[in-house]
Amino acid sequence: MRYAMAMDTRKCVGCGDCVVACQTENDVPIGYCRDWIVEAVQGTYPDTVQMHFKSERCNHCDNTPCVRTCPTGASHVIEGGIVKVTPNECIGCGACIVSCPYNARFVHPEGYIDKCTFCDHRVALGQDTACVAVCPTDALIFGDLDDAKSPVSIALKNNEWYVLAPEAGTKPQLYFLK
Amino acid sequence: MTEELFVSGRHIEHIDPYLNLWGGPIAIYLFLGGLAAAILIFANFFFLMGKADKYPMTAKVSTLIPPVIISFGLILLVYDLHHKLYFWQLLLNFRIESPMSWGAWTLTFIMIPAILWPLIYMRDIIDYLSERNPACRLLGLLNWIDKMANKFGIVRFFIGLAKTYQKPMAYITIVLSLILGVYTGILLSAFNARPLWNTAILGPLFLTSGVSTGAALLMWMSKNHDEKRLFSKLDLILISVEIFLIIHLFMGMKAGPLVQYDTAMLFLGGPYTSIFWVGVMGLGLVFPAILEILELNHYKIPSWLPALFILSGGLAFRYIMVYAGQFSSYNIL
Repeated sequence: MRYAMAMDTRKCVGCGDCVVACQTENDVPIGYCRDWIVEAVQGTYPDTVQMHFKSERCNHCDNTPCVRTCPTGASHVIEGGIVKVTPNECIGCGACIVSCPYNARFVHPEGYIDKCTFCDHRVALGQDTACVAVCPTDALIFGDLDDAKSPVSIALKNNEWYVLAPEAGTKPQLYFLK
Repeated sequence: MTEELFVSGRHIEHIDPYLNLWGGPIAIYLFLGGLAAAILIFANFFFLMGKADKYPMTAKVSTLIPPVIISFGLILLVYDLHHKLYFWQLLLNFRIESPMSWGAWTLTFIMIPAILWPLIYMRDIIDYLSERNPACRLLGLLNWIDKMANKFGIVRFFIGLAKTYQKPMAYITIVLSLILGVYTGILLSAFNARPLWNTAILGPLFLTSGVSTGAALLMWMSKNHDEKRLFSKLDLILISVEIFLIIHLFMGMKAGPLVQYDTAMLFLGGPYTSIFWVGVMGLGLVFPAILEILELNHYKIPSWLPALFILSGGLAFRYIMVYAGQFSSYNIL
């Protein structure tokens, strides 16, 4: 089993519903977020100017620098490749925050390190993650890469895609369709 | 040209707009770790060479410093944790891949010889200090420690044990000190997300810098002419090695992939250029090296002057590396 997410940059309208859904579903403290939206503009006016949106979050990498540098083992990988933090093993040193090329982690006001969990509590019940479930344009696609019939496998098979900072060597599992 | 910005309102403390999670306490902690490692290396090395009585300042008196500054560094480290009450998790786990775990355990183990060493020589240290400065305020405290150490059988037993096995203990302490000194750099170099840190040269560089600050401090504290000259010469060698390593660091980065090239440019024209080349390279390394060369050629230069510049240069170097390292990134919004 290998959970992954695909994000269709051609469909995203940047509404921010995924951000709010995540904050509500996971009780993310006010002022923080586990996912966020980036607006990317290419070109210079009056020449061709292109714009697209990206919904970003933890990439649940295959090669996890955050788990490697954690001194206590609080950062760990669960079944399906989901990267999680156990709050009462976390000392809040920030080694994982510093080691993440995607700045996907933050210090929870209670002191431990918090991040996207791929809504593992929902996924365990066979549901989509909160952000995927609410996306009004179906720009977000979630599923199991080991299952060739899962929505994410089909999306990756039929589209061109890229990942963020592949040169960092983390083998990220958040794919952007273009 | 691509321009990227957050449109969902993201401004998380210490993370946005750029990472500044680690600051002063970490820099000071790395500095103190390197300094303590250097003092322990010199003290134990001189003991093994049979020069403990010839150079009492280095081999005996200076060993009062490491347990104090290591403890202070550990207090800073725990203070800098965000989930402070769970710090004991560090000592319930050992993770071979995590430099921070290595550091926590090294610091724990090194505290044992670091505390035992001055206790072994407590009488000598008290004699040395009272001979030179009977009004020294430290003496009261040292006498009290000596009295307490002698009062408890268990402490006496451990000091006796340490005396019996002082030679093997010295070898182990030198190895642990080398690990401690090199760890201050490796801690940072393990983060591949921070291009400035992610280079194998950082471990040797921090070790050299730490040993150099230690040599400077011993040169400053020593009252023995031979000892002063020895550390002056040693420090010159260490400063040369450090300058070579720093140049090598930026050479390697300039020849590296784009993220490392961009990072090198932070120091070669970017925002950290003047503070690094003037503050660290100029005032922290080259200037004190010139002073020491003059001093070795019998010019009258007070030894605290180059020592002070080297020590503050070492601290400034760590501050800049900690801040600039977090500033360097893969530029993903």
